[in-house]
Amino acid sequence: MTPHPRKIWALHLAVIGVLLALHWVLPAYHHTNLARIMVMSVFAMGYNIAFGYTGLLSLGHALLFAAGMYGAGLGGQYLHLSALPTALLGTLAGAVMAALIGALALRTKGVSFMIVTLMFAQAGYLSILYFGAVTGGDEGLVVRPEARVLAGLDLAADTPRYLLAWALFGLAMVGNLALIRAPFGRVMVAMRENEDRSRMLGYDPYRTKLIVMVASGLYAGAAGAMFGLMFGYVGASFATIQYSILPMLWVLMGGAGVVLGPFIGTLLMFYLIDISSSYTTANLFVVGIALLVLVLFAPRGLLGLVRDRWLPWLP
Amino acid sequence: MTFGPFLLLALMEGLVSAATLALTAVGLSLVFGVMRVVNVAHGEFFMLGAVGAWFVTQFVPGPPWVGFAAALMLCPLLVAGIATLADRLVLRRLNYNPEATIVATIGLLYIFQQAALSFFGPDARPVPAPFTLRLQFPWFGYSGYKLFVVAAAALILAAVWWLMTRTRAGLIMRATQSDRATAQAFGIDVNRVYSSVFALGAGLAAVAAVLIVPISQAHYLMGGDPLLLAFIVVIIGGLGSLRGTLFAALMIGLSDGVISMFFSPTLAKILATLLVAMVLVFRPQGLFGDRQ
Repeated sequence: MTPHPRKIWALHLAVIGVLLALHWVLPAYHHTNLARIMVMSVFAMGYNIAFGYTGLLSLGHALLFAAGMYGAGLGGQYLHLSALPTALLGTLAGAVMAALIGALALRTKGVSFMIVTLMFAQAGYLSILYFGAVTGGDEGLVVRPEARVLAGLDLAADTPRYLLAWALFGLAMVGNLALIRAPFGRVMVAMRENEDRSRMLGYDPYRTKLIVMVASGLYAGAAGAMFGLMFGYVGASFATIQYSILPMLWVLMGGAGVVLGPFIGTLLMFYLIDISSSYTTANLFVVGIALLVLVLFAPRGLLGLVRDRWLPWLP
Repeated sequence: MTFGPFLLLALMEGLVSAATLALTAVGLSLVFGVMRVVNVAHGEFFMLGAVGAWFVTQFVPGPPWVGFAAALMLCPLLVAGIATLADRLVLRRLNYNPEATIVATIGLLYIFQQAALSFFGPDARPVPAPFTLRLQFPWFGYSGYKLFVVAAAALILAAVWWLMTRTRAGLIMRATQSDRATAQAFGIDVNRVYSSVFALGAGLAAVAAVLIVPISQAHYLMGGDPLLLAFIVVIIGGLGSLRGTLFAALMIGLSDGVISMFFSPTLAKILATLLVAMVLVFRPQGLFGDRQ
């Protein structure tokens, strides 16, 4: 039990507040970057709910992100929906996809679970290519300008984009905090720590994990849909294995099982690559070395370390 | 061409991919069987073998077969050396924890890919075949080199089988596979076994790559497909079972050849990946798995 509800809410609301304030402060380049980082950290938060809190190490989250992105993109392209319904459609697509994969993959555990999710994601990516006539295949689709308009504002313009990314981020973080502080959040952690014992106490592991997968898919789908709308592009490259590995990397870097971890990890990794690319073009090196260093020397990530040393109340 | 010869051609192409697939997959299977490590960087060992073959054939003078023979000997050794280093520096420090090693081998995958991109470049480059011989069938002509690949792969697989079942080293590896702690209690240096198995697995992937590179060219991203297919084969054949792996490689290679020729390569891969997921969910011991 964490006996510091005030401290916890104050810290997280302060982070959300600072991000809003940065809207008026940041220069254009970092302004766009931060919008992108906030949306991607929603994706990473979804991954953290599954991996960090419940111990579900998935290698297929790219499919959930892509489901959201294509749900929104195809909805705008073929159903001629406007921005709000496409965003909702995409979010829903992420959750439904997660339920489908989860229902099957959760019959396995550990390494098998990783491989099953990886295979489903690969099949999804190849299907996007195979049905290229509809999905645009390798080249993807440009989201029609009409499909990006919400309440008269173009979502791909700088100000609405940042504010929308911020709103989604804030909502996701508050939701995440509420989820893990609720009794169900304790059950999630119990599943991670000792599944057999939790089952003995009367909790159904399959049901718990399926709910977690759907929640995770909701986050990934929302992030995918928003990313597609805000940057006006939907592409198969977002369904590749790389986009399953990135959220894992961000979560590991920031700290698995810490609410702020995904955001810190995404922010750090993004700027690590951004800064290093002014010295070298070897971006993959940076990602590879980061993964090795994390898994060898800091398996709990940055905020995991902070929690161990200084702030034991960090949720 | 009528359907019959067309099918024969598809099956022969399938046999070539089955042969190299079997080599790659047996490497992956050995590593998983003995060390319980899922090596995501296995496809990159394959890629390093092919890229290495390009460098060797570039710098060895004389007729193509001299360079090729040099590559066939040097590249697997070099790749095995890199694998040993990776095992010592990374995997051993993680105590071979299954989930941590997956993350670590993903890291290695990126590092190897970047190294190939930086030193070899983004282009696909051809490697000359050691000999050109065209076999004339009544309906079509076929490359003699491709049949050489099948024969060479069969020979190497037989050697691996002999190593595992008929030698002391194989006995030690199998002992470590079935019970690590007891093997250690009997004085087996488990760390050394792990290093050699990891090197052997990587070396087999490199051999497969050197054999196939005159047909398919060397490219820094070429590791993805063999990794995926090897995974599929190892899982369908039953994790850690050599016999099952061989069966599955033949099955997947041949059906891949047929479906790719009559329908589309992408469809063949979609079906194979879904099959794997279903096998793992409903029959985790694999279609041919013996036990576990």
